[in-house]
Amino acid sequence: MLSMQNISKVYRTDTVETHALRQFSLTVDEGEFVSVTGPSGSGKTTFLNIAGLLEGFSSGIYQLDGRDVAGLNDYERSRLRNEKIGFIFQSFNLIPELDIFDNVDVPLRYRGFGSAERRKRIDHVLEMVGLGSRRKHLPSQLSGGQQQRVAIARALAGEPRFLLADEPTGNLDSHMADSVMDLLSEINDNGTTIIMVTHEPNLAMRASRNILVYDGEVSTNDPALHIAAQSA
Amino acid sequence: MIRYYIKLGLYSIRGNPILSALMVAAIAIGIGACMTVINIDYVMSGNPIPQRSDVLYHVQLDSWDPYDAYTDPDGPPDQVTYMDGTALLAAARGRRQVLSYSSGRVIQPEGDDELPFQASSRSTSADFFAMFDTPFLFGSGWDKSADDNEEYVVVINREINERVFGGENSVGRTLVMNGSPYRVTGVLDDWEPMPKFYDVTTGPFNESEELYFPFSVSIANELSNNGNTSCWKPVDEGGFSAFLASECIWMQFWVELHGEEERQDYLAFLDAYAESQKALGRFPRPLNNRLNNVMDWMIDQQVVEEDVRVLLGLAFLFLIVCLLNTIGLLLAKVMRRAGDISLRRALGASRRAVFGQYIVEAGIIGLAGGLLGVGMTFLGLQGIRILYSELDFMARLVQMDWVMVAAAILLAVVSALGAALYPTWRACGIHPASQLKAL
Repeated sequence: MLSMQNISKVYRTDTVETHALRQFSLTVDEGEFVSVTGPSGSGKTTFLNIAGLLEGFSSGIYQLDGRDVAGLNDYERSRLRNEKIGFIFQSFNLIPELDIFDNVDVPLRYRGFGSAERRKRIDHVLEMVGLGSRRKHLPSQLSGGQQQRVAIARALAGEPRFLLADEPTGNLDSHMADSVMDLLSEINDNGTTIIMVTHEPNLAMRASRNILVYDGEVSTNDPALHIAAQSA
Repeated sequence: MIRYYIKLGLYSIRGNPILSALMVAAIAIGIGACMTVINIDYVMSGNPIPQRSDVLYHVQLDSWDPYDAYTDPDGPPDQVTYMDGTALLAAARGRRQVLSYSSGRVIQPEGDDELPFQASSRSTSADFFAMFDTPFLFGSGWDKSADDNEEYVVVINREINERVFGGENSVGRTLVMNGSPYRVTGVLDDWEPMPKFYDVTTGPFNESEELYFPFSVSIANELSNNGNTSCWKPVDEGGFSAFLASECIWMQFWVELHGEEERQDYLAFLDAYAESQKALGRFPRPLNNRLNNVMDWMIDQQVVEEDVRVLLGLAFLFLIVCLLNTIGLLLAKVMRRAGDISLRRALGASRRAVFGQYIVEAGIIGLAGGLLGVGMTFLGLQGIRILYSELDFMARLVQMDWVMVAAAILLAVVSALGAALYPTWRACGIHPASQLKAL
């Protein structure tokens, strides 16, 4: 359902050409929980941005849910992103002046849902992440773990097929990180496909499959091999 | 979505109060300066009698000096001689016609203790009130027989009625003017056409007269003209009757005509009249008679002075400078919110949605600027009133009506939206992935 074939991404300036991704090929099936690891600058985030339709690519074929995304205009990409993909960021990326309810509401507004439908969905996801009683709180009134839960609720509110997480526990202590990972596992168990970029081997091990990205290419997708390499 | 954008706009304004206040102030100052001048231009160039301006025509007959046109290059005089005015009035070739001139009278109020006082007056003919659609508080004007019979009748305005008769219905009562008793036939309600179109020679923004009575009575009493008098030939000796028989122009003549055909007929009549006068040795210049409706006459007479138009241009330039400031401030605000825009794009906002959000926010700022701009305009007008306090008519030019209030707000909103186009376009160009790591 997410298929990338020979994707390349080249950043060009007048004098420099940087290959962020080279012949990057990957297929992620429905219901998978895939972790993506690799050293800094290896192309993990570029991959995630392309997968999330946040960036274009230089060459290759990318099909999302069977749809070739190369020819989509801005409106169609935005629509597809809104409907199919939920994002979780390392630094939560909540809008500080909006309360929790309104933060979760953001993607639903762009989806065009009516107010009753939006309220129902927001209440549901906030209950799901354990923050049903905090809907009128501002992000600054919550702990880091709680803020990440709000971000997860926001990502889930639109019932996306994919959840793309970029270092979702990077700003959390280990206790909170475990709690967020438990929540992601639970979401995956409920059928949502998750692709998670992380630096941490122990978190990567909780995924069903690990992808190692090195120099913009998929180095391996053998979890045992990769985790072993990390441990060594 | 518009309600959502309004909500976001208000959040954003609350979140950046200083930047938002600066933008509102920049727009308000620009609007205030601009609308102050626009308001004056609007009052000066307004239609003083919109319901009748297309059927009222000012008459010009070229009876002037053969070697020197009245105005360059070949303009006819802006008033008529007594001979011509009375001839046109007697011919009665229009649906209605009015001959008038400005004069002054001394009123002796009732009661021995009351002191006499001077009042402005207009000597005119019976059709004046119907032609110019004057509103009456009590009674009416006089009829043509009063003109013909030199009857001592008078129409007074509300102020004179209050001063002399305590505001009661004074129709039928006697007003003593220059020692002669006049019967009051009507009391005018408030009537201040702006500009005073029927006689711009005495100042287009002066107040209307306080008294109106038959010009035939004025002539019989040899009541001189308080307005402009111009002569191209010396007046023969012989006093007032010689003046009446002279080529001096000092009276205004208006005629009511409906439609182009009537206008053409009347123009032909004027030309025929001029030819008949040529046969008598008058009208030495080529035929050059003119009929202008009210608004054309205001333009011809340059009621709105060129200075005002120059000021208007400068005011618009000032508004543009203020808007350039606003563009800079909006740009700064957009750049500060790049992370927010990037996040919204990532969560599904299209460029169109981002455009909608920021243009609505600009509209809110424009609305606030417009409302404050109305206050600034009011202050500007008061400043002009104080600055030119020695000019009596200035107080009448610095009024602001609801049309101008609405125009100020509309101009502010449109200006703000225009100023927001570039910053909003920049906002739309912010890449969804560009700021997410930096947030």
